Amino acid sequence: MKKWRLLVAVLAVFALVAAACASDDDDDGAAPAATAAPDTDDMADDDMADDGDDDMADDDGDMADDDMADDDMAAAHGPCNDGANVGGTLIIGSTQVPRHLNGTVQSGYATAVPGTQLNASPLLYDDEYNPMPYLAESWDVADDGLSVTLHLVEDAVFHDGMPVTSADVAFSILTAQAHHPFKPMFAPVTGVDTPDEHTAVINLSQPHPAILLAMSPGLLPVIPKHIFDDGQELPTHPRNTEDFVGSGPFRLVEYEAGTIIRMERFDDFFIEGAPCLDEIVMQIIPDATNIVLGLENGEIDLSVTLGPSANVLRLMENENVTVSSDGHEAIGQIQWLEMNVDDPALSDKRVRQAIAYAIDRDFMIDALDQGLTIPATSGIVTASPFHDSTVNPYDRDVDQAKALLAEAGYGDGDLSLTIDYIPPTQVIYAEYVVQALEDVGINVELSVSPDFPTWAGRIAGRDYQMTINNVWNWGDPVIGVHRSYLTDNIDQGIWTNNTGYSNAEVDRILAEAGQELDAERRAALYAEFQQIVSDEVPIYYLTTPQFWQAYNPTVQDPPTRTIWGMMSPMHEVWLDQ
Amino acid sequence: MLRSIAARIAQALGLILAVMCLNFLLIHLTPGDPATVIVGESGAGDPELLEEIRAQYGLDRPFVVQLGTYIGRVATGDLGESYFFNQSVTSLISARLWPTVLLVGTALSFAVAAGTMVGVATARRPESPLSHGATVLALVGFSMPVFWTGIMLVILFASTWKLLPVQGWHDVSYGEGMLANVLDVGEHLVLPALTLGLIYLAQYSRLSRASMLEVLESDYVRTARAKGLGERRVVYKHALRNAVIPVVTVIGLQFGALLSGALLVETVFNWPGLGRLAFDSILRRDTSVLLGVLMVSSVMVIVANLLTDLLYTIIDPRIRLRERSNV
Repeated sequence: MKKWRLLVAVLAVFALVAAACASDDDDDGAAPAATAAPDTDDMADDDMADDGDDDMADDDGDMADDDMADDDMAAAHGPCNDGANVGGTLIIGSTQVPRHLNGTVQSGYATAVPGTQLNASPLLYDDEYNPMPYLAESWDVADDGLSVTLHLVEDAVFHDGMPVTSADVAFSILTAQAHHPFKPMFAPVTGVDTPDEHTAVINLSQPHPAILLAMSPGLLPVIPKHIFDDGQELPTHPRNTEDFVGSGPFRLVEYEAGTIIRMERFDDFFIEGAPCLDEIVMQIIPDATNIVLGLENGEIDLSVTLGPSANVLRLMENENVTVSSDGHEAIGQIQWLEMNVDDPALSDKRVRQAIAYAIDRDFMIDALDQGLTIPATSGIVTASPFHDSTVNPYDRDVDQAKALLAEAGYGDGDLSLTIDYIPPTQVIYAEYVVQALEDVGINVELSVSPDFPTWAGRIAGRDYQMTINNVWNWGDPVIGVHRSYLTDNIDQGIWTNNTGYSNAEVDRILAEAGQELDAERRAALYAEFQQIVSDEVPIYYLTTPQFWQAYNPTVQDPPTRTIWGMMSPMHEVWLDQ
Repeated sequence: MLRSIAARIAQALGLILAVMCLNFLLIHLTPGDPATVIVGESGAGDPELLEEIRAQYGLDRPFVVQLGTYIGRVATGDLGESYFFNQSVTSLISARLWPTVLLVGTALSFAVAAGTMVGVATARRPESPLSHGATVLALVGFSMPVFWTGIMLVILFASTWKLLPVQGWHDVSYGEGMLANVLDVGEHLVLPALTLGLIYLAQYSRLSRASMLEVLESDYVRTARAKGLGERRVVYKHALRNAVIPVVTVIGLQFGALLSGALLVETVFNWPGLGRLAFDSILRRDTSVLLGVLMVSSVMVIVANLLTDLLYTIIDPRIRLRERSNV
């Protein structure tokens, strides 16, 4: 018996020791340290190009005086206060699982959050949609809008010590053009000239007002040509995760798929003094509740996703945690009800309008979302400079809805429809729509898909009548809005024009707005578009969910003064320890 | 004995092939495919992208060709590439295998050891308050769903009292020395192993109690007592060996269920094991990973049953003798 006990004890100790060794081994997969990196000089003054870009950016972007004062202070002492704020490990919790880390071929929040730490991009954006220097210290847009010239900083290097050149920028743009899911971002690019190592000229087939925004951190990471241009397919390239080499403020030291991403300070980052943190560890935690508990316990410093409303409200009551939705304006998430306009009943505009009038958006926000979302009244989010606030919001009017249905020939109980939703989170909205439409005499049945692929297959194949959906603006209407309304984008897969809506006037307006460089004229075109779509209601807009993030009091200067939120480099984040 | 083991291994190989084909067929019958999920992750999709992804991974080829290719690859030890992560399935599984083995092994050891002890103690005094209390606790333990138990333990020990970590299998500041790492993993292991082990503890305590009650009534125990052996010696030296045979049988049979339980526990505690990998792979339609995990799980269940059979012969030499006499 004693031998058995001894054996069990030895096995138990062995198991724990082996576990410890197994995790130690993870560190062995570190990316090679940067070698032979040239000395970094002071970054050039943050003077933006003084020509060409005014029309591309939003004009109302004057910063408040106190913000300016803060910025002057930061400039005087550098992003990390002359080294006073340097050090520490930031532990990030996220429910999002990145496929890999190469943002030139993979879009989405999951890749962009770590990807923007590992890669620099040509431009940054402030919280007023103004482009800011990053790898490009200045830029010029040609008067005819057919070319954009980027002037790159001279002392930027990749994590392996090789310089970041215009050839890398050209390679990154052409890679994104070929493989990035957001095709409109670089569709008009006909080529990229590289007259010298620090100048890249992007040639366009037509004026393209979204081109600068498409060079934001989350959309165009600059990747090393000398590593990725080796003849292998970019979407499945092994270096998308293994020994990843980027140009950003942090370098990869550990990556375990779906579990952990460990990044440490890149000492040769081109912005002097930055980054402030020694290390960022991103833990992938599928259950948001665990993240909330981790924040409360101090196991996690910052969460980039919080999950259901209950989690957000719980943390809001905790005085040791800051909860904020600031800084994600460009993402422009909209929850909407879309209708298959080829359905016999839903092809009638009056029926679609009646459905819109039957739904109480305020109830959804107050009761279902517990006040954590804001109303959406058009396909362009409120935070966008192109949003038109004068469209008909279709506030609930049961009498009006019944009158419209009667006009269309439907009495009480004559019309039966089905509603789909993205499982499992949207079920409450679909259930509410069932109730709301019953009030105006429409029978609605839930159409349940067990998981996302099943739902996506049904919607992309237009095997549905109505569905709740969640679509993102992605900063510029060209990237995230046009796709849902253009006739030539009908049935082109999920999150294209899945309603089958077709209007020649809308096609013309969007084509024109997609090439208009003057911000005011562009806004007028989009206002016209929003009015037409609002009247024809192929989609009824419900809410704009907010991107809630939470962090503990030690986390200072998180990226909230931007339109891209956590899809921004955290080189200025520091820990008040 | 060796011939018997060889025959079992040959049977197991056939079983694994059958399980592999069945899994492949079932997964391909489910709606949606990995390309849809990848496009969903990307926030945009068009037919060209879908076709590109399907062509990349050979998903556009006929079912029989895909199955044949898969079996051929597995025969050479290649489990394929993950559609989602673009990494080899073998590397993903090997990274997750050890945490699952640690979790399941600890939970099982705890359940068997504690369950048997409770069973024996209550069998010795079946009408005592201890016995009735253990019966009630076993009933409660068996009735509680694993995920609920896990959440309750997290609320108590991690959130309210802050005694143990909420999730994960080690602290992110890992690497401060071997002993610290061992303690760190041990600390993270307590709640998940307890959660998974409790339900089996309840079962094994009831089983060993019933078995021990029966054995304590047998002739050879009465003889041992008549010969003047101490009660402790009678129970632990003579009766226990026979009483644990049903427990060992059930361990082998329940190993598959234990892995299923690990899936839930790993999800609740963010334990990076095979269960969580399988669950996530189902949601992502990452069929190559799912097939790999299912195959590894099948092998683990088969091996567990084989080990159970071998354990019989150690516990009760008569089984080995019978088998010898049959040969």
